[in-house]
Order: sequence, then structure tokens, then C-alpha cells
Amino acid sequence: MTVSVPPLPRRARLPGRGSLPVRVARNPAGLFGIFVVTGLLVLVAFAPQIAPYDPAHQDIVNRLQGPSANHLLGTDQLGRDLLSRLIFGVRIELQVAVPATLGALALGLLLGLAAGYLGGRADNALIVVMDAIQAFPAVILALTILALLGPSLRNVAIVLAVAFAPAYARVARALVLAVKQNPYIEAERSLGASSPRIVLAHIVPNILPPLLTLVAMNLPSAIGAEAGLSFLGLGVQPPTPSWGVILADGFEHVRDAPWAVIWTGLTLMATTLGFTFLGEALRDQLDPRLAGALH
Amino acid sequence: MLQYLIKRIGMAFLVAVLLMVFLALLVHAVPGDPVNAILGQRSTPELVRTVREQMGLDKTVPAQVAQFVGHAFQGDLGHDFVSNLPVTNLIRNALPHTIALAVSSLALAILFGIPLGVLAATRPNGILDRLTGVVSISLITTPSYIAGLYLLLLFSLTVELFPAVGTGSFSHPIGYLQHLVLPAVALALGWIGYFARLVRTSMLEILNANYIRTAYAYGLRESVIVYRHALKNAIIPTVAVLGVGLGELMGGAVFVEVIFSRVGLGSLIVESIETRNYPVVQGCVLTVALLFVLANLLADLSYRFLDPRIRVEEST
Repeated sequence: MTVSVPPLPRRARLPGRGSLPVRVARNPAGLFGIFVVTGLLVLVAFAPQIAPYDPAHQDIVNRLQGPSANHLLGTDQLGRDLLSRLIFGVRIELQVAVPATLGALALGLLLGLAAGYLGGRADNALIVVMDAIQAFPAVILALTILALLGPSLRNVAIVLAVAFAPAYARVARALVLAVKQNPYIEAERSLGASSPRIVLAHIVPNILPPLLTLVAMNLPSAIGAEAGLSFLGLGVQPPTPSWGVILADGFEHVRDAPWAVIWTGLTLMATTLGFTFLGEALRDQLDPRLAGALH
Repeated sequence: MLQYLIKRIGMAFLVAVLLMVFLALLVHAVPGDPVNAILGQRSTPELVRTVREQMGLDKTVPAQVAQFVGHAFQGDLGHDFVSNLPVTNLIRNALPHTIALAVSSLALAILFGIPLGVLAATRPNGILDRLTGVVSISLITTPSYIAGLYLLLLFSLTVELFPAVGTGSFSHPIGYLQHLVLPAVALALGWIGYFARLVRTSMLEILNANYIRTAYAYGLRESVIVYRHALKNAIIPTVAVLGVGLGELMGGAVFVEVIFSRVGLGSLIVESIETRNYPVVQGCVLTVALLFVLANLLADLSYRFLDPRIRVEEST
């Protein structure tokens, strides 16, 4: 006698299933974000191969040209190819934005852990200090510190890390307070675990993933701030092809040759939009509770 | 309410004092001699001595902090290194223009952002809602200097509708407004997007409330329900961020003032940084930060005044 075994039902494909990149890419905005960020990473890795010219190569005869077959986006006031400068500029943007954001995360995490875990007076004192730092609009705080440190790529990264840190500290503190309530922390403590062990082995691993999502959402602000400060002449200095420097050069000649301003503006807008969409899509997948945490 | 008022004002005062201490100490964050860092290549022994005396750097650090805070409370923010004018005079000339810019930007953001949010919330997930969502995020992520540069290119240099540079004078209101339009729009765009998102979220929550369903059941017109009953409550979270908004707008004014060559605190700060005129930077930054603290305080208090739930919670 043979028994017919019904085939096993296929695993149901729920809307939330699939690997993280697949789930993010299912959302059109997330897909746009992946497209932009991947494109930027390719440009960072292969800038010398992709860029048609050396970004510093000057060709005074062909200065302030509009788009042409030789120079797809035109040239600047020294005849340098705008496309090549924008491509190499991606490296500069990420060289500032990534350390600045990770620095803000590290500083914010440290302060948030101290405030949330220690509680009491330490918490109150840190809140007042953070309130004082956040009383400066981020741009103004950055300008104040740059006024003293002087303009340079490294100083812009430091300044932005300091300006963004209080926002991370606040979120980290709130997350620590929530995690601290869990029974397993209490159990660890009753078993005699030391505070550093509880913090490093249990609290940090739990609060880090949502904070990393915030890093993705904060990167566009860091890129925008760097370009803004360099545009004012207080960030990365010429002839380094930072987007802010290209914008500042373009602004000088905006009446005769608006191309530099137009292309750099569009590149910056697409980049910030791409990172924001990707950050939002990641947040929706990983931790929807964080909506609006950095705004 | 009175207890909260006292606590909140006390907190704002404490933050203000901390701000002054922070600014007084910041000069010591510079590696090496702060006076040499401030003067750069202009440094001469005589000038170094004058600046050291003027900024009180020849005293101990606690004495310097006490002097800066004490003088700031009396309205004395030191003297400009270049012109030797009191810093407060420079701020008095620039501040009204920055406030006019920030307030008109905030007004534009409220005027356009709130209806945009209402429009999106009344047709959730429809084409209009999705379109508003994309537009809002695009506006939020566009830096104000990019918006300013594009507006300048389009409406000053190409179409020549508005002046490209200058501030105008308060004695000629029409000319002043013409100079104000593009900078104010450039600064407002991001906040229009932000307010639209904020109002949409709170409107969606309110439109599902029982009292709104009851209003529909009574047969009230949609416009009456949306604008008179729902918006009144949905607007409260927006009021809470107005203070932050005004402060951020004053910060963002730096870029717009430089692009449109406007007189204001922002352009004064940039100019002073370029000439390493630290007392002017210190004074301007303190003014912006104090206004930020004040705007936050007022927004927080009005938020509590507007939301009866908070008052009831406090009294029980």
C-alpha cells in the first residue's frame, strides 16, 4: 500500500521576509538610496579610472567653458574639468563625513552611557551640559570652534563630531535607560558582574544597532555641513576638490559661468537625498521607533 | 504651572550662564598661545599685549570667566580688534536684519508647510500624499545655501525679478521686502518640508480620533472638521518646534546672508572669523545662542499653555 504524502507547503513569503538589502530595495525610495550610495562608493574606489582628467590639471585656454564633448560638465576658472573634480570630491566628502559621524557616535555613546547608566547627579549634570551645547545652532557651534582651530579638513571633521555628539548622547541615554530595566541586567548584577562588564557585554551590543541606523541618517547632514563650511571658506581649503570649494569657486563666476554651481548643487542634493532615503528605509526595517530621533 | 515656570526659567538661566562660561573657556581650547592664534600673521608684541589685556588673558582662568560673564550680564561684550568699536554696537546694527530674515522665513514655513501637511493627511497614501512626501523630503535634505544659489541664479540673474545683493533699508519698506524675498524663501524651504511632515503625522493621528468621527456623523463639512477641529489640536507639536526652528533659522542665515551679501549676524560672524576678530565672533555667537534659548523657552511655555492635557496632568 502506498501512501501519498502531500507536498510540503512552500514557506509563506511574508512582506517583511528576505535579507536586509532586499527588504530595503523593495521600497522605491530605499532602492534610490542604495543606487546613489553604491554609485558614490564606486566613485570613491575607482575615481582615477572613472574621472576623465586629473582634477588638478589646469587648462587656462579652456577656462569657464560650458558642457561639451571634451568636458561633459564644463570647466572652472582655471580650466579644470568639473566632472573630474566632482568625482574626486566624493572622496573628500566621505573623508570628512564618515570620521565626523563616527566621532559623534563615539562621543555621544560615551556621554549617553555615563548619563543613562550612572543616573542621578551625573545624569542631571550631563543633561544641562548637553542643553548648553545644543543651545548653539549646529552651524554656529561649528563656526565658533573653527574660528579658533583654523580651517582644515581634519578640523572640520572634529568640529562636526562635537556639534553632532549631543544628539547621539540623548538617544544613547534613552536607549540605556530602557535596556537597564531588563531582568537580565538585574540577574547579571545579582551574579556579581562588574559595571564595565554589564555595560560592554550587555548594554552596548543592545543599543549599538539603532545608533548605527542614526549614523546612516546623519551622514547627509555631515556632508551638507562640510560643503557649507568649505563654501564659506572655513572648511577644506583650495585646491582640494571638496564640493564646497567647487561651489565657492563657481559662486565667484556665477554670472558668466553658472555650471559649477548648477552641477555641484545637483550632486549634493542627489547625495543627501540618497543617504536620507537609505537611512529612512534602514530605520523602517530595523527600528521604526527611532523615527525623528535626530530631527 | 507656576512651579514649572520657575523651574523652566531657572533652567534657561543656567544654560545661559553655561553658554557664557563655555565661550569664555573656548579660547583656551586652542593649542599654543590663544593670542597668537587669534592674531595670526598680524601678531606684534604690542598688539599681543593689547589683546591679552582686552580679553583679560593676563588673569587666571577663573578670573577671566568671571570677568566675561560679569561683563556680558552688563551688556559689555568687549571691543572689535579692527575698528575698536564696542561689539554690542556691531550686533545692534546687524541683529534686526537677521531677525527680520529668520522671522519671515518662519512665517513662510508656517504659511506653506502647514497646509501642505493638511493636504497630505486628508488623502493618506493617495498620489497627492506621496507627491507631498517626496517634495517634503527633497526640501528638507536640500541645504539652504544650495536653495539660495539656485534662487539667485533663477530669479536674480536669469529673470531679474529680485535684487541679487544687498539688504535695503527699513526706511524703504518696499525695497527692503524685495531684498528679503529670495533669502527668506531659501531659508524657509527646508522648514516648509519639515512642518508638512510634522503636521501630516499629527493630523493622521487626530483624524482617527472619536470626536472627529462624531463630527463627520453630525454631517459637518469636511473643511470645518479639518481646519476648525482637527488642525487646532494637530498644530500643537508644531508649536513645540517653533523655538528650535527660529534658532536653526538664525544659524542657517549665515549662508544666505553671505550669498545675498546681506547685513546680519551671520555675515558678521563669517567676516570676523576671516579676520580672526575673536571678540566679535564671541559676542555674535552668544547673541544667537541666547536668542535660541529664549525662543525655546517661549515655545515650550506656549506649548504647555496651548495643550490643556498637560495643564490637567500637572494639576492632578
